[in-house]
Amino acid sequence: MMERVGGPGHFVDTGPFDPDAGDPGRGEAASAWRLFLRRFLRHRLAVASALVLAALYASVPFVEWLAPYGQARRNGDFIHAPPQGLHLFHDGRFVGPFVYPYRAELDLQTFRRDYRSDRSRPQPLRFLCRGDGYPFLGLFPADRHLVCPPEGGTLFLLGTDRLGRDLLSRLVYGARVSLIIGLVGVSISFALGLILGGIAGYFGGAADAAVQRLIEIVRSLPELPLWLALSAALPPTWSPLWVFFGITIILGLLDWPGLARAVRAKLLALREEDFVQAAELMGATPARVIARHLIPNFMSHLIASATLAIPTMILGETALSFLGLGLRPPVTSWGVLLNEAQNLAAVQLYPWLLWPVVPVLVTVLAFNFLGDGLRDAADPYQ
Amino acid sequence: MIGLVLRRCATMAVTLLVISALVFLVIKLPPGDFLTNRIAELRASGEAASVAKAELLIRQYGLDRPVTEQYLMWIGLWPGPAGFSGLIQGDWGWSFEYDRPVAEVVGDALWLTLVVNLAAVIFVHAVAIPIALYSATHRHSAGDALVTVLGYVGLAVPGFLLALILLFYANRWFGLSIGGLYDAEFTGKPWDWPKVRSLLAHLVVPTLVIGLGGTAAMIRRMRANLLDELAKPYTVTARAKGLPPLRALLKYPFRMSLNPFVADIGNLLPHVVSGSVLVSLVLSLPTVGPLLLDALRSQDQFMAGFILMFIAGLTLVGMLISDLVLVWLDPRIRLGAR
Repeated sequence: MMERVGGPGHFVDTGPFDPDAGDPGRGEAASAWRLFLRRFLRHRLAVASALVLAALYASVPFVEWLAPYGQARRNGDFIHAPPQGLHLFHDGRFVGPFVYPYRAELDLQTFRRDYRSDRSRPQPLRFLCRGDGYPFLGLFPADRHLVCPPEGGTLFLLGTDRLGRDLLSRLVYGARVSLIIGLVGVSISFALGLILGGIAGYFGGAADAAVQRLIEIVRSLPELPLWLALSAALPPTWSPLWVFFGITIILGLLDWPGLARAVRAKLLALREEDFVQAAELMGATPARVIARHLIPNFMSHLIASATLAIPTMILGETALSFLGLGLRPPVTSWGVLLNEAQNLAAVQLYPWLLWPVVPVLVTVLAFNFLGDGLRDAADPYQ
Repeated sequence: MIGLVLRRCATMAVTLLVISALVFLVIKLPPGDFLTNRIAELRASGEAASVAKAELLIRQYGLDRPVTEQYLMWIGLWPGPAGFSGLIQGDWGWSFEYDRPVAEVVGDALWLTLVVNLAAVIFVHAVAIPIALYSATHRHSAGDALVTVLGYVGLAVPGFLLALILLFYANRWFGLSIGGLYDAEFTGKPWDWPKVRSLLAHLVVPTLVIGLGGTAAMIRRMRANLLDELAKPYTVTARAKGLPPLRALLKYPFRMSLNPFVADIGNLLPHVVSGSVLVSLVLSLPTVGPLLLDALRSQDQFMAGFILMFIAGLTLVGMLISDLVLVWLDPRIRLGAR
């Protein structure tokens, strides 16, 4: 409760004083993590990005339920069908979400299929209904979907591809693979960067020089040609799932130098601090000093760097798959989907095949904003 | 200065040696090689004469020797069947797929790669410097916000897709032929003015696409540098003593902020070269990019190895040049000397 007392702009709280309530204006009482969080929450864009990403990753286990069709479901009668519009009003009357059915006609001059929507018959969507079967969470069979195509109708909100598969459903499935690749790839490069950067920064001397040279060499190599060479080295006999793991490891293996450099620089500075010397004098092993005293001191900074590295992974996977050297069908990722939009015919005739760019863009931007926000929160003085 | 150049060249040579080992390892990683695959293929179709020729090639290039020996022969530190003849001696090996020397196959592609990369680097600097100057001096203006947003989008759009779409519209609106770095009618013709003009027209889309990602990053860094410098007392002094605003900006803070900018070429170059390979593949430019992909797919080992070495060498030489420019630009920096 605030009440105006005294001169203009001068406020005095007339409520009773509670000495245990703490002083909201003082930061020293809060832990380092709490301060970090408080600074981070001030970046609205970063917080919004964090929410978007949280929603995206939360949907990963439930893609089968979210997608209206199974990822391999072909609709032979609807090849390269353009997106169906989602409507709410029919003849000025509210019907709820519905689509107009498609009628396919073969144009005998161009041999293209023309799709006309039949404006007289609105087909309302069904919700929480039975559709293509799938193993829910990989555990037990299920066939419920959030949205289903109308009875006897179709639901292609983003159109279909050359086999008549629903692009929206495939996009949702692709999200799982693309998002996981980013996370797993970054975990690998994070572990490598932490270990190598830790060794270089903590021990210094010859170890430092060796790691420094290694970093220089890997950093001076253009990534893409190396990715190409390594993914070309994956045996063609591998199953698509193994290729997926292989590609993830390749992406992670080449991206650690940035993180290693960050770790090394921070360690070199922290190594000279008194508390490190105290721990060493008390007989702590190097591993313990690094893990218990050094890493907590720059973890926030590292997480920010790692967040900024994830977009590279996602774009890398997209580029490799786009070139046909990355993931292979039936594994579906955003890059695999874009691979189908690789030719100019797609851009001209079936522009909806370019839709997978949108989630790539959103995810990469969100990671960038989140990473910037985290970095600012971790390093308020830079 | 000469000592510095020599020292840097020596480290570069060592780096190249390590890279060559890495490259060879990566190329040898997949099981089998071009010739054994070919021999199996020929055996299946019963062409005995060709099998004998392929086996001759295996012996001629020492592919039946241990891997370490093959590596040393490839870089030219070990005598092969034809004496010392490897990368160091200028023998780039034989392309099994084209059945011609690698040097002949790559030929024009090498310097077209150079042109594309150079154009991209120049583009990045030519665009990033003025934009960064503007957005640092007009901080928090609408223009600054627009540049920031565009920069983020530039970071996030996959280059290959942008290339495809720009190419499509360049063809529709300006009638630019699709694919290649010059119109088809100039293929195999000597370089005269119309051909160069055609080359320049075709360079626009790849340069734009390759440069965009790097430009965004560079604008952000340059803007931050410049903002730091603008807050320093000497800038205030320059203004206070009445220097015209543009001069007060360009003469002191701009020069200071250029310094990390040049050092940043080390980050920029691998990025640009990567981008140029990707974009070349999508736009089917006659650079080394598509050749590399083919060679990797068919395990044409000398070809793939040489192109990877060329790309790495290009990056390293670029970095060397940027280091030297840095020393020339800022007398305080003395690389290597203590």
